[in-house]
Amino acid sequence: MSPSADQEDDEDGFLGAQSGPEPDPRVSDSSKEVPISRNGGNSSQEFLTMAVTQPQKIQESTGSSLVPNIYVTYLVVSHTNIPEYGGTEFSVRRRFRDFVTLADRLALAYRGYFIPPRPDKSIVESQVMQKQEFIEQRRVALEKYLSRLAAHPVLRKSEELRLFLQTNGKLPLQPSIDMASRMLDGAAKLPKQLFGDSSTVLAPQEASQPAKGGRDLIRIFKELRQSVTNDWGASKPPVVEEDKEFLEKKEKLQDLELELTEASQQAEALIKAQQEVGDVVGDLGLALIRIGKYESQEATGNAQKVHATDVKRLATAAVKVSRFYKEFNAESCKHLDHLHDYLGLMQSVHTAFSDRSSALLTLQTLMTDLSAMHARIEKLNASSSKTFGGDRSSNRKVEELNDSIKTAEKSRDKAQEEYERIKERNRSEIENYECDRQRDFFSMLKGFVQTQVTYNERIASVWSKAFEEAGSASV
Amino acid sequence: AGIPSSPNSPAPEQPFLSISVTDPVKLGNNVQAYISYRVSTKTNMQEYRGLEKIVIRRYSDFVWLHERLTERYKGIIIPPLPEKSAVEKFRFSAEFIEVRRRALDVFLNRIAAHPILRQSDDLKSFLQADEDSWVVEKSRTAEGVFKKKPSDFMQIFKDVQSKVTDVVLGKEKPLEETSEEYEKVKHYVTELEDHLGEAQKQSYRLVKRHSELGQALAEFGKSVKSLGGCETGLLGKAFGELGNRAELLSYKLQKQAQDLLMNFEEPLKEYVRTVQSIKAVLSDRAQAFRQQRELFEASKLKEINLEKLRVVRPDKVGEAEIDYRETKLQSDEANRRYEEIVKVMQQEMVRFQEEKTRDLGAVFHEFARGQAQLANDTAEAWKVLASQLDAWSHQSAGKAVESSA
Repeated sequence: MSPSADQEDDEDGFLGAQSGPEPDPRVSDSSKEVPISRNGGNSSQEFLTMAVTQPQKIQESTGSSLVPNIYVTYLVVSHTNIPEYGGTEFSVRRRFRDFVTLADRLALAYRGYFIPPRPDKSIVESQVMQKQEFIEQRRVALEKYLSRLAAHPVLRKSEELRLFLQTNGKLPLQPSIDMASRMLDGAAKLPKQLFGDSSTVLAPQEASQPAKGGRDLIRIFKELRQSVTNDWGASKPPVVEEDKEFLEKKEKLQDLELELTEASQQAEALIKAQQEVGDVVGDLGLALIRIGKYESQEATGNAQKVHATDVKRLATAAVKVSRFYKEFNAESCKHLDHLHDYLGLMQSVHTAFSDRSSALLTLQTLMTDLSAMHARIEKLNASSSKTFGGDRSSNRKVEELNDSIKTAEKSRDKAQEEYERIKERNRSEIENYECDRQRDFFSMLKGFVQTQVTYNERIASVWSKAFEEAGSASV
Repeated sequence: AGIPSSPNSPAPEQPFLSISVTDPVKLGNNVQAYISYRVSTKTNMQEYRGLEKIVIRRYSDFVWLHERLTERYKGIIIPPLPEKSAVEKFRFSAEFIEVRRRALDVFLNRIAAHPILRQSDDLKSFLQADEDSWVVEKSRTAEGVFKKKPSDFMQIFKDVQSKVTDVVLGKEKPLEETSEEYEKVKHYVTELEDHLGEAQKQSYRLVKRHSELGQALAEFGKSVKSLGGCETGLLGKAFGELGNRAELLSYKLQKQAQDLLMNFEEPLKEYVRTVQSIKAVLSDRAQAFRQQRELFEASKLKEINLEKLRVVRPDKVGEAEIDYRETKLQSDEANRRYEEIVKVMQQEMVRFQEEKTRDLGAVFHEFARGQAQLANDTAEAWKVLASQLDAWSHQSAGKAVESSA
């Protein structure tokens, strides 16, 4: 976060007294970052587990409104042996809004990584929000989200997550800047900046951050202009995404996403169809129970008594089979869930790739700015050389421009750093993703197939027993 | 015993009558199109001319036979026919035709297996009459044939039931049997209808769900194969094999659905229809009872009148006496008819229960076997893949370790 920009909003001073253009410690030199290997290193010995439990409804009355504000908090309990945490067990109360804040902060600080997506905000009435079922669904989703964060070797050690899990009381992370509110802020300065000399050069600290709302409107417009320029090919952008390997991988991932979507849908349909077979077998069993009872009552001869017993036996078998189907489906679901999970992860991949694009765009915009400034200086020098003795106002302008250029060059460098950093993160994430996916999909296939074997064998033996034990009446 | 569906060679002394319904052929055009069936009879019964005979019959011919038997053989549970098709476009689907063909085959063979019904002359005509004589035969008997529709039977049965209520409410003199045996039979039939109907409903759903699972499995297999196309190396292979396996099993499931339709649902349906036949017999019995009752009352009345007349109007006695004797004869006849129906019905119920026990026992037994087979085959098919996957995933993990080293 750029401290100077945010201190106005930083009411509670949570981010501490950072001042001046000191580099944010989390946005470190790319040279310091070590590529992550999931399969080796000490990361495999570390663990971090969380449980989200005990939802509680909190009612607080705000001074102004008559309607009390009701929201739900969850108890988040964590266990870990990660040294950075300085402890083994923590327990805090958090509300959904806190999770959103956590997610937003991670998104800002860890651009380029495949950051697991958080559970959706639901656009439902507050009444629904309080229903038990909804709360339970949300609790499960939040727990899943945290466990995915914990599985990421970089994110699990992030300060954001640590603060989230450890700090009792109010979450010491600032919510992300609301775009809308900042729009008004920057709008007042807008006309001058757009039409007059743009004396606002992008500060270096900001160069390494994506454009946000408010004052960044200018930057957004500039970058938009740049991207349009890029798209229309009017001028070749100074830095082009030339990493062929990256582009290939990106395309492959896009294909994968399409197929995953389809497979995920079909998997769901399969489970449902399996469930329906199980249900109807159960219903048949119930019908057979009644027939068996009836046949028992009406039985006159021995043949009929035997038949009645056979029917009852078959009924029992059918009911047993339908119970097996319930377990069968739960197990199958568990395995096929990997498809849904990896499909969900695609969102993170998109975000990480677009982080890369926007970092590149920032860099390109700055480079364009720089060349524009250089061109201005040349023009000024050329025109002032025609004036005998030099033009004092012209000289002043050149001086100003040179200063601006120095700042702009620093910004460009920072933007370059950030872009390289994100590129490297993309690369290592892709590698890990491939690895994880191979492993998880193999495990999914094995698990799914094994479940099919196990349960079909069980079901076969139930039916076989009923068949073999049937009395002589059936021969 | 059971349902003889194919001709077999019996011991020479045993009379046998074996019928098969085969080769459905679409004849006629457009609106008047219909299906004709080949009916082949093999018999050594003397009443039949020759050992073998083949004729061509259509559904309405079977209906004719069913109606004739129902008219002639009161008290006997006439084997049921498959329904007329409700949906026009469905009439010529392969599945519908096959289901109907089987049901017609069962129909004729049940008649052939029945000691009394197999003697029917109408059956003989049906099985033997050539084209021309067949047309003559049908028009001769046309008047009585389509008189009573199945729905009429049901109405009578409903009347019968409501009459019981009336008695209970003390509304009118009972024209309904109230014997314990009668009540028992009615109760038995109602319960049976209920249970068989439920079983048949579930069997229909079972068939459908098996078929749907087959479809879902095929779609899943397809999508998994496509997904495998995005993956390289062993994982891609694994997805491909999974897809293949799924498609194979999908085919097995569709076959199983077919089997269940023919060997589980259809027999249950046939028994549900048979229960309707039993209800028809009950309603015949109720009707015979009412007739007998009415004629008895009438005859009694006439007897009393006759005695009165002897005293008051001796000149009218002659006529009255003739009238009375006629009525008495009719009353006795009606009583005999009624008692005959009761006797036959009782025998029929015993026969029915034995057959039902045998047939449904076999159906349920086969059902369990089929389900066990399907589950076993499925487990086996997946097992092969399971060991392949194990091997591949080890190889793949090994490669990953190599490349990261």
